[in-house]
Amino acid sequence: MTVASERLPALARAARRHAPLSVLLDRESVFSWLMMALPLIFLAALVGYPFFYGILLSLQDRPVARVGTFVGLRNFVTNLHDPIFWQVAINTFIYTGVATLLKMVGGLGLALAMNQQFRMKNLVRALLLLPFIVPTVLSTVAWMWMLDPAFSVVNRLLVALGWPKPGPSWLGNPALAMVSIIVINTWRGLPFYGISLLAGLQTVPPELYEAATIDGAGGWQRFRFVTLPLLRPIILIVTLFSVIFTFADFQLVYVLTHGGPQNATNLFATYAFDIAMGAGQLGLGASIALAMLPALALLIVALTIYMGRK
Amino acid sequence: MVTGHGRLESVIRVWLPVAFFLVLALFPFYWMAITSIKPNAELYNRNVMPLIVYAPTLKHYVDLLTKTSFLLWTWNTMLVAVVATAISLVLGAMLAYPLARMRFAGAGLIAMTVAAIYLVPQPLLFIPLADVINRLRLGNTLTAVILTYPTMLVPFCAWLLLGYFKTVPKELEEAARIDGASRLQTMRRIFLPLCTPGFISAGIFAFTLSQNEFLYALIFLTKTTVRTVPVGVISELIRGDVFYWGQLMAAALLGSIPVALIYSFFVEHYVAGLTAGSVKA
Repeated sequence: MTVASERLPALARAARRHAPLSVLLDRESVFSWLMMALPLIFLAALVGYPFFYGILLSLQDRPVARVGTFVGLRNFVTNLHDPIFWQVAINTFIYTGVATLLKMVGGLGLALAMNQQFRMKNLVRALLLLPFIVPTVLSTVAWMWMLDPAFSVVNRLLVALGWPKPGPSWLGNPALAMVSIIVINTWRGLPFYGISLLAGLQTVPPELYEAATIDGAGGWQRFRFVTLPLLRPIILIVTLFSVIFTFADFQLVYVLTHGGPQNATNLFATYAFDIAMGAGQLGLGASIALAMLPALALLIVALTIYMGRK
Repeated sequence: MVTGHGRLESVIRVWLPVAFFLVLALFPFYWMAITSIKPNAELYNRNVMPLIVYAPTLKHYVDLLTKTSFLLWTWNTMLVAVVATAISLVLGAMLAYPLARMRFAGAGLIAMTVAAIYLVPQPLLFIPLADVINRLRLGNTLTAVILTYPTMLVPFCAWLLLGYFKTVPKELEEAARIDGASRLQTMRRIFLPLCTPGFISAGIFAFTLSQNEFLYALIFLTKTTVRTVPVGVISELIRGDVFYWGQLMAAALLGSIPVALIYSFFVEHYVAGLTAGSVKA
């Protein structure tokens, strides 16, 4: 009796010591925050901190490997008076706008072509996705060779079809260089549109088409009034997504033209790279990169809200 | 319906557009392959019909593997991609599980933040990150890219896994909880094994993205010994104004094979992952 009664309080004390911890850990909020702590700290350190540090850098005159001095908004003012900066801005908008339009129309065409019954469809779909999955740098090198000034296979085909020799100078002429990067970006991004839209097409219930046909709708009307409205959410999400990454594109242009000739294909990302890494002006470079922020922020917020709604 | 006329019509309606897209998509790869096995005498002769090869040779491949650091770059690329993918899957699942299963204040905000971070493109961050990596003295180490790749891969994996986790029924977990399992045990023993297909999709995507990454590798890795394939090819195989096109195309083809192989095994997962975001909207 006495032994037991002496032990009981000790047990109870022990139970009180241990129980709250495991009970606490079992609370949904405690468990959740503990579980998320590591990834959140990681993202805060390597995304959150660099983001705000980048804003700070953009307000400094900061040559590489030296201490920065605060200059307020001077870098941004410098950009506003820099004709290359304005050219870069125009280039980026043309590149994004035209490439997006081509990918959207081409992707819709691809999806409609693939949304028919035929043999080896899965193989064809897998092959069509290749441009999207192969590392961009490597496929861009192949395009560079296809557009080579002396041995371009594209030009040799054009000449064989009657184009006057030696054919267009794809990467040497400013306008054609822009055409080239747009075409290659489209080539790479089109499968992403096509396969996403195809997945959307396959969710359209066949009864809707039947009903429309009974009501006397022709092929174009079925497309216009049944297919297109049902695809709208997917078109919107795929387009927002692709616009963000086309707007901030770097690899393709860096490899193919380095922004040339005469800055004709220089985009925000490649110009920021030139200034920060080439000329060693980290502050000015950061201000050029941040010039993308207003447009990007708008797109990101729109897409985030849209994705969050589902 | 199955008349000669109908068949012709189906060929025109189906195979004409499909063939157009196939030729467009595949020609650059054909050109890569055929260039890589042409001797220089054919490559740089404008009087030879370019679309076929007359005297195939493996010389460019032999040169690439013996005279350049291509094999080392391939090893670096694989190592980085595997480690970065593993880290991202673990951290991504740690974010996605509570967001998919628990109710707590701030869950919506965290989910939005993760989605927003996923959409932040690298060019917005690379200049400050370069400075951070310098100050950590991680320049020219693979650690630099192993640490920075997950900044894009973690939010991505978390988002993909979150979508997958929500489709798994809750009953098994509830039963385990009633039997007295803690939340951690329930997650590890009951829940995660059910989610293998989700992890495969996210893993393939993360692996492909790691192989494709260029900007961080370009900035952080400037020595031959630590370079990845894309940076090595651009910085070292393109020498001045002289191009070794046969070798370059051999490198482009070999560098594409790992991704293409993995992708061909898991193409269904890949397509499911690709369309997960858009179809559920």
